[in-house]
Amino acid sequence: MLRVEGITQVFGGVTALRDVSFSVAEGEIKGVIGPNGAGKTTLFNIITGIYRQTAGDVFLENKIVTSFQPEKLALRGMVRTFQNVELFGAMTVMENVMVGLHTKSRCGILSSCLKLPSHLREERHILEKAMTCLDFVGLAEDASLVAGNLPFGKGRMLEIARAMALEPRIILLDEPAAGLNSRETAELGALIRKIRGSGVTVVLVEHDMELVMDICDTILVLNLGQRLAEGTPREIQENPAVIAAYLGEG
Amino acid sequence: MGSERTNLLKFLLFSGSVLVAPVLFSGGYLMNVLVFVGINTMLAVALNLLLGYAGQISLGQAAFFGLGAYISGVATATYGLNPWAAMGCAAAIVGLIAFAIGFPILKLKGHYLAMATLGFGIIVYIAFNETVELTGGPSGLTGIPYFTAGTVQFDSDMKNYYLIWGFALMTILLSVNLVNSRIGRALRAIHDSEVAARVMGVNARLLKVQIFTLSAVISSVAGSLYAHTMTFISPASFGFNFSVELLTMVVIGGLGSVYGSFLGAALLTLLPEFLRTFQDYDIVAYGLLLILMTMYMPGGLVRIPSFVSPILAKIKAGVGKHA
Repeated sequence: MLRVEGITQVFGGVTALRDVSFSVAEGEIKGVIGPNGAGKTTLFNIITGIYRQTAGDVFLENKIVTSFQPEKLALRGMVRTFQNVELFGAMTVMENVMVGLHTKSRCGILSSCLKLPSHLREERHILEKAMTCLDFVGLAEDASLVAGNLPFGKGRMLEIARAMALEPRIILLDEPAAGLNSRETAELGALIRKIRGSGVTVVLVEHDMELVMDICDTILVLNLGQRLAEGTPREIQENPAVIAAYLGEG
Repeated sequence: MGSERTNLLKFLLFSGSVLVAPVLFSGGYLMNVLVFVGINTMLAVALNLLLGYAGQISLGQAAFFGLGAYISGVATATYGLNPWAAMGCAAAIVGLIAFAIGFPILKLKGHYLAMATLGFGIIVYIAFNETVELTGGPSGLTGIPYFTAGTVQFDSDMKNYYLIWGFALMTILLSVNLVNSRIGRALRAIHDSEVAARVMGVNARLLKVQIFTLSAVISSVAGSLYAHTMTFISPASFGFNFSVELLTMVVIGGLGSVYGSFLGAALLTLLPEFLRTFQDYDIVAYGLLLILMTMYMPGGLVRIPSFVSPILAKIKAGVGKHA
């Protein structure tokens, strides 16, 4: 599904990532973990086209997508969420999800200005689809609220709903459990399973070990910008190098 | 954003008011001012699409307005083209210019974008002044013909009022449609978080350039209308000051509100006329009013209802208690 080969990222004199390679199989939930500063978010930013890496390639469904712009990746079925929740704060919950349907609709400036019949049909379709997506994450009742006023936990859910509106093939979640309480984290775990159940491959960066060990099929461990280990949750838990890195004995 | 029906109702109500306004102020000097309100409304709405919705600043709007006016003026006064054809040519040329400069300029953000558009405005202003053979230079361009339709010549304030407001209403209708569409949502998304909008598949770079171009084309049409109703233009009308005045109209009226831009345009166009009573102090009163409004109504004139209604509710509750 997703394959990353030899990613190296140098910021000034700092090497944030050094020759990182891994692959994600279709339909799996892949966890990316590592201590702070390991380069997890940098890796996500490279895969999703927000940073341009110093070296290395990214393949999506065996096609090279290295340095593709995010909007182009969206058309290929790759979408992500952000660590700091990047909602469209001044827009309603519903409108946020409707933007997620941007690639699923066609009307341009002219047909929007003139309100052509095709535009009205499309708007109705977008509205229905958006409602389904809100239902999927359990935010249907908050549809008309302004997104910026949502409590943090619901904001995270909305970001996922918006991403799912794109009907992605693969979704990358950047610390989806950060700032959530234990009940919300449990709901998130169930939601991620539901996303995979709908046929979407999931990659997540996460610090909440309980969640990662619970839902991930395989885990990639990064440390100091390098690949430290990869394997099933059980293998990772028993890996001495991983334990050392986390306990700081490295 | 309102539903379909309220949007339509609002527009019909507004159009009706525009239609009967001349009857109330029949003739006289005020008609001439109302013509300017129409032109400024077009310009403010155009800037608001860019600033209030897409969140991209432009301090060069007066340049697009001026280019529309000058291309129209020169093409008709010097080369004898029909005013309507000249207006179309001007819009096409200005659109191409905006599209071409849009790609490099709109890569910039915030202050840098403001500086770049400001620079463009100044270059165009200097060009109007210096290309004397073509534009007449600082003393202006005279002899621009009126619009004609069949045997009717648009040579009175009354006729021009209806002509210009026809265009202004069209601008408002198309803009309201646009901002309530998929494109409008994408623009507001770029405003709130460009990176998230791009991740959602919005081609932010292209869309920003497109809306910049649309904004320039509307401004150009307003410029042509201005040239053919005034029949005289000079660079002074298209300088940096006017770009700032347009910006003020949009902010005072309310960012991200099409009708707010009308309110801002109307206020800033009419205010100087009413402040004449202060004679020498009119500019002081004008400045003071603007400062007070931005301080106490940062949302702009359109937010007045939401500003007043809690106060009214409080008064009502108070009355209820005593009764």
